[in-house]
Amino acid sequence: MTHLPFSLPALALGATLVAFTANAHSFSKGDLAIGHPWARETAAGQSAGGGFLTITNKGKAEDRLTGGTTAAAAQVQIHTMSMDGGIMRMRPLKDGLAIPAGGTATLKPGSFHIMFVGLKRPFKQGEMIPVTLTFARAGKVAVQFKVEPITFGGQSHDRH
Amino acid sequence: MTATETRSPLARARLWLWALVGIVAFALGTLLAVQWLKPAQSPAGTTAPSDIGTRFTLVDRDGKPVTPQTLKGTPYAIFFGFTRCPDICPTTLNRMAHLRKAMGKDGEKFRIVFVSVDTGHDKPADVGAYVDLFGTPILGLTGSEQQIADAAKSFRVFYQKVPVEGGDYTIDHSAFVVLMDRDGHMQSLLSDHDSDASAIAELRRLIA
Repeated sequence: MTHLPFSLPALALGATLVAFTANAHSFSKGDLAIGHPWARETAAGQSAGGGFLTITNKGKAEDRLTGGTTAAAAQVQIHTMSMDGGIMRMRPLKDGLAIPAGGTATLKPGSFHIMFVGLKRPFKQGEMIPVTLTFARAGKVAVQFKVEPITFGGQSHDRH
Repeated sequence: MTATETRSPLARARLWLWALVGIVAFALGTLLAVQWLKPAQSPAGTTAPSDIGTRFTLVDRDGKPVTPQTLKGTPYAIFFGFTRCPDICPTTLNRMAHLRKAMGKDGEKFRIVFVSVDTGHDKPADVGAYVDLFGTPILGLTGSEQQIADAAKSFRVFYQKVPVEGGDYTIDHSAFVVLMDRDGHMQSLLSDHDSDASAIAELRRLIA
């Protein structure tokens, strides 16, 4: 009871902060800052979809993204993708993805990604998918993945 | 004395004659060999049309069969993948759509073909719904396990189901795009290492 006067403003402040960060489409908790989580739109009948985001660790200790939960899919997996002799190989990262102290982990097309497995329904362009990400140190972080058109990102390969 | 003297030049002449026969035979043989090998080379000096992509039967979104014969007359760019592939498949199809757009009217002169190798999951209609997302006409194909295996073999495409935790699986697969000319012969491969400029040059060659 003695906590009440203290926790109420804290809660209000927290809610305001969450509302604010949701608008800017970035999220933070503790030492972690999460930028523009987005997911690719999916077609009817497509049972899995990809998610991408950047995670910056401002802390002095490494953290790990180990997984997450969402009402929109049966599982939230962290995957790595590699190209080896022209063959694409995708594998779940058993120990999650490290976010080095003072560093950034980028989950992007052609690299690490989140895989939403067992979609409950297709991801429609423009909608927000609430996802709770799980970190080894920071714990659970609630974020929203914005569904972008399938044509979003990674279509140009002008690197020469 | 004179006999041995006259025989020596004669013998020498005979030797020369045999040498000449040898040289002529060698030259003729070489000429024949070259003539024989010639049909295996196109006038441009590139290798002969291979049998890559010449034997397959797949099905479109309505379950109708699609064979090399069906596709003849229009060049096409074909890519193998699966709809649950969250990354390289949409990235590659996006890129093909992007390259097509960059080519303007010429971009309409070739087909983009996507083959799902995920027989356990993708029904013909699922592949159709998937390719519709890319905002450009893409022919989505799949087939029975055997049809997919045969098509992949014909295109020299690798794919392999890999079990993951929870009883599910993912699929390792080749990430290149095969460019097929209007006669159904392979022209070249596009990989994600090719710059847009070189990819467009290859596509222009394809429709030329």
